[in-house]
Amino acid sequence: MPILVKGLKMLQMRNVNAYYGRVQALKGISLHVLPGEIVCLIGANGAGKTTILRSISGLLDVLDGEIRFNGTRLTDLAPDQIVRLGISHVPEGRQLFGPLTVIDNLRLGAYQRYRRSNRSQIQKDIEYVFQLFPLLEARASNLAGTLSGGEQQMLAIGRALMSRPKLLLLDEPSMGLAPMVAREIFEVIKDLREGGTTILLVEQNARMALSLADRGYVLETGKIIIEGPSAELLENREVKRAYLGKGRKGFFE
Amino acid sequence: MGGSGILQLIFSGITIGSIYGLVAVGFDIIYNCTGIINFAQGEFVMLGGMIMISLVGAADLPMWISFPIAVFAVTLIGALFERLCIHPLKKPSILTLIIITIAASILFKGGAMFAWGKQTFSLPHFSSERPISIFGATILPQTVWILGFIAVVVLLLAFFFKATMVGKAMRACAANRSAASLVGVNVKEIVLLSFALSAAIGAVAGIIIAPIALMDYERGMILGLKGFSAAVLGGLGNPVGAVVAGFLIGIVEALCAGLLSSHYKDAVALIVLLAVLFIRPSGLFGSLEASRLKKF
Repeated sequence: MPILVKGLKMLQMRNVNAYYGRVQALKGISLHVLPGEIVCLIGANGAGKTTILRSISGLLDVLDGEIRFNGTRLTDLAPDQIVRLGISHVPEGRQLFGPLTVIDNLRLGAYQRYRRSNRSQIQKDIEYVFQLFPLLEARASNLAGTLSGGEQQMLAIGRALMSRPKLLLLDEPSMGLAPMVAREIFEVIKDLREGGTTILLVEQNARMALSLADRGYVLETGKIIIEGPSAELLENREVKRAYLGKGRKGFFE
Repeated sequence: MGGSGILQLIFSGITIGSIYGLVAVGFDIIYNCTGIINFAQGEFVMLGGMIMISLVGAADLPMWISFPIAVFAVTLIGALFERLCIHPLKKPSILTLIIITIAASILFKGGAMFAWGKQTFSLPHFSSERPISIFGATILPQTVWILGFIAVVVLLLAFFFKATMVGKAMRACAANRSAASLVGVNVKEIVLLSFALSAAIGAVAGIIIAPIALMDYERGMILGLKGFSAAVLGGLGNPVGAVVAGFLIGIVEALCAGLLSSHYKDAVALIVLLAVLFIRPSGLFGSLEASRLKKF
């Protein structure tokens, strides 16, 4: 086991190239996430944000380059092995198990832990998720497919938390949600960071993402074009022009 | 033909229909986990029956010992089939996989012919052969055994899918394979399990039907085809629909054999299959919306 030192890189991608068929989706991506950070990826549709998350969680095989998590190479591992290392991915579009109940979705989130740890511990974690998202508790025995968009997003995050991840990959948590609900989700993300979870966040709403994150990377057609602390990016002329909208105020302020 | 005659036909339809239903459940389990139609499903039924017959006949073992051994042997064959023929492929298309299962079915059939020859075998009934009379019709005690085993298998499956973590993981794979892998389910393990489980169910079907229907190396194909018809009629991927559809096809087939001619018996399932595909491709119990998203 590598020893966790504050400042040591938790996740590191070096020169990663990945393809969808013949289309190169990632071109030499290098980035890192430190323990305790929230890092966000911003960029237009098709810039490669989701692809980066998919290559970390093992859903997409990368052609070359290296991805390491706390020193372990991820590039040859299957998604379930990567979950075991402590990475949990909340995919784009929630991807819940629609025909299963809310509580079964949460239990499946802890699938790996059923074999080794005791059930009371898992029950406690389910209660913790219900604390974060009280709406879910009322619907515990409903089928996940019948939930509203906001509830589905909460369940997707809750399910990912059930594996007790060290690093949470969040793909567009606010997509398709009413501003009120989106804000609620972002409040929870803040709480999670306070609780010590490291987060790599992909978000269309750049202002919302940067107001939450410590650092950010800006992507364009599979390449990182700008990177830096959030405060800097919020002031960056290029970022302002392309992603924040001139003079417009986000509803978050 | 009087009412008791019709009832007699319905009883025999229920008997054979329950077997179709079990075969169809086997199709559904593999389909749900992988999207593949496993055309070797019928061969699992044949292998179950044949291995049981060998154990009881040639090896002279008692039924209650032979039964689990035969089921276990076929389960192992199903698992080996997945490990050797499905598992090693990197990113195969669904069509490739389906053709592999067709090849496997031919291989199993050929192997069975080498092992047992071409003659037809029989298995003793599980208990007495004295018919029981009900409302003027008669049923064999073996029919009661068959229905009992079906009930047990269906209940066990329901328990497995509803109450165990592995069963839930299988349903999760069926609902969304990549999401299942993201919560830490080893999808390849689940696929292996689905083949083993389907093989076991097929073996049970072959063993319990053997005393009534006899068994030979070719029997798997026609049972598989009828089971497939039942799976499609019930809505692919819907095990409850499969069992109901199995009964329906069995009853229609028995009525056709009794009232028209037994020559047309085997055509019934195929006519049903074609009719379903033309009129309602989602099956009786499947949703139209879901069937639009299916590749097959």
